[in-house]
Amino acid sequence: MRINFTAVFGAAIGVALGLAGAASAATLDDVKAKGFVQCGANPSLIGFATADEKGEWSGLDIDFCRALAAAIFNDPTKVKFTPLNAKERFTALQSGEIDVLSRNTTWTMSRDTSLGLKFAGVMYYDGQGFLVRKALGVSSALELSNARVCTQTGTTTELNLADYFRSNNMPYEVVAYEKNEEVLQAYEAGRCDVYTTDASGLYAERLKLAAPDDHMILPEIISKEPLGPVVRQGDDQWFNVVKWTYYALVNAEELGITQANVEQMKTSENPEIKRFVGAEGEFGSAIGLSNDWAANIVAKVGNYGEIFDRNVGPSTPLGIARGLNNLWTKGGLQYGMPIR
Amino acid sequence: MASTDVSGPPVDRTSSLINNPRFRGLFYQVALILVVGWIGYDIYSNALDNLRRLNLVPGDGFLDRTAGFGIIQSLIDYSEASSYRRALFVGLINTLLVAVLGIVFATLLGFLIGIARLSRNWLIAKIAAAYVEIFRNTPLLLQIFFWYFAVLRSVPDMRSKWSLFGIAHLNIGGVYLPRPVFGPDAGLIGIALLGGVAVSIIVSSWAASRREELGRPPRVWPVHLALIVGLPVLVFFLVGRPISFSMPVFNETGPLLRRGFERGSGLVVIPELVGLLLALTIYTAAYIAEIVRAGIRAVSHGQTEAASSLGLRPGQTLRLVVVPQAMRVIIPPLTNQFLNLTKNSSLAVAIAYPDLVSVGGTVLNQTGRAVEIVGVWMAVYLGLSVLTSIIMNAFNRRVALVER
Repeated sequence: MRINFTAVFGAAIGVALGLAGAASAATLDDVKAKGFVQCGANPSLIGFATADEKGEWSGLDIDFCRALAAAIFNDPTKVKFTPLNAKERFTALQSGEIDVLSRNTTWTMSRDTSLGLKFAGVMYYDGQGFLVRKALGVSSALELSNARVCTQTGTTTELNLADYFRSNNMPYEVVAYEKNEEVLQAYEAGRCDVYTTDASGLYAERLKLAAPDDHMILPEIISKEPLGPVVRQGDDQWFNVVKWTYYALVNAEELGITQANVEQMKTSENPEIKRFVGAEGEFGSAIGLSNDWAANIVAKVGNYGEIFDRNVGPSTPLGIARGLNNLWTKGGLQYGMPIR
Repeated sequence: MASTDVSGPPVDRTSSLINNPRFRGLFYQVALILVVGWIGYDIYSNALDNLRRLNLVPGDGFLDRTAGFGIIQSLIDYSEASSYRRALFVGLINTLLVAVLGIVFATLLGFLIGIARLSRNWLIAKIAAAYVEIFRNTPLLLQIFFWYFAVLRSVPDMRSKWSLFGIAHLNIGGVYLPRPVFGPDAGLIGIALLGGVAVSIIVSSWAASRREELGRPPRVWPVHLALIVGLPVLVFFLVGRPISFSMPVFNETGPLLRRGFERGSGLVVIPELVGLLLALTIYTAAYIAEIVRAGIRAVSHGQTEAASSLGLRPGQTLRLVVVPQAMRVIIPPLTNQFLNLTKNSSLAVAIAYPDLVSVGGTVLNQTGRAVEIVGVWMAVYLGLSVLTSIIMNAFNRRVALVER
């Protein structure tokens, strides 16, 4: 689409002209000076990032940015969102247009090492899945030989899809649209038998179909898609702030600190909790924040479990189980490095 | 040095340097070149600096890596194991395909609508006017979505079809046609066709000179027919029918995913191409219609009257008097429309047609090489535009008014 082309182009020119200048400067200082965090987000992914009619953003990825704002300013509203499509996102970060990218972005080696970017953590352990019509009568992705597959261009899904079908010797055809709105429309019109993207996205997109119950997500997850926030390489202080904001969310859940009880926890005698809420040690100032940075995050946004349940958990329309995203103590992979 | 030859009082050489128009002209031009050159160099060096700071080494080496993703339409050999370079090339050819087809169709439709708008028939003229106003005044992207999803939603699904004489079929997977399969001797037919056309051209010029002698054109169309159609057909049978057709195979039974048209059989025109082509053709034709109307209006009515008084029939008047003069006015703006159509074809990415921008976007995402890929895009569209301009300018010189 022309708009997106212009945006990519503009961002590329931004890189070329160095308009963003501040790429390697101290991002935290810049953020404090301008008074808000500029966060790159998905324009529309139910449960992860959506804006309502009043322009209020919500979602799992959005809440991470709010947590970041709470850690820095003790105010989760001091964040501005830049909606980005898959193609524009890295350029926007590289050029300094945004401070952090929290847009269901898969952590891969090439992105981590050759784009001048750093992944700060994994907010959501995801994997690529397939959405099909129940009428198709398939129960496994291995029965998808000859399928026509719709997906979004400019993501890792095209590559995973090709790898999966090739390694199973299944012929297929891929129709790749620029935006997920068009992917869904084309899938619904019957252009494709299968819609593939990250399973989390499939849960969200399925809800937008006219008759969600006529469609099902196949059990196979064909790839590892660890989705997390990204920052520019070369600014270790900012990298630490973002990384530890994520760990604080997970640690809070592990320590049983919630939005409701964080005030009482400030008087806890548990040394781990004391360090977390800033009653002991100087952990906040070590990363350029106030000492009660972690307590502010939980007070304003909640812990990881609360964010998960609020946006995508079983009680939401998405109804995603914790699964891999449960705490390590409960059989999942979410593991916060200790604050000490 | 005409200026120094002017007779008059001798000029003061020292003060004249500032007032000397030649020197000043030269100075401004050199200054302009320096400024433009400096801006260019600054952009270039700044880009290199910034890329280096982001630990990105600029270069085209990444193009040789394996692409790994599939492309739905490819006119050349391509598989997931091909390189990024090959993938971009596939995208370029797809862009060329839609641009060339779009230019041909838009020109035909545009001329038709443009002439219809000048029709003395009230209904035809008004329909043409409504066409122009509707399609010229709505955004192209909207039209692309409209045609694409209109096409998708109105045709049968994958497992059923509409057929025309059992040759052409249509469903949501696209238009299915017989695909010609060329045997080893098929090249001879091409040579015969080219030879036929070449001889036809010679016959035409002979016919033109004969007309001058006879006062009426000789009957040459049977000769043309024999040369252009008859000769290749004759060669086709002589060398043992080297062209056969692969018909689309339709499976009605079996598991659902196996039903429908079999992969690899027949020739498939994907709905993305159909939708994009429809939108580009209809949109651009509205502009071309106005250009054609302006061109024809620009020919003075006296020309038509003069032609009539010489005894030319209305058809001949249009063909021999009006159109050749109108073309002088039509061609330069028509070139603009061709350029626009080519560049507008980059909107293809919205509806999954794998053009250069779409494929390039995927490469960009997988490699993160934004500056290089955007550079490729710019170079290609610039190259295509310049090429179109060169061709159209050459054509323009041929039809331009030759002053005698």
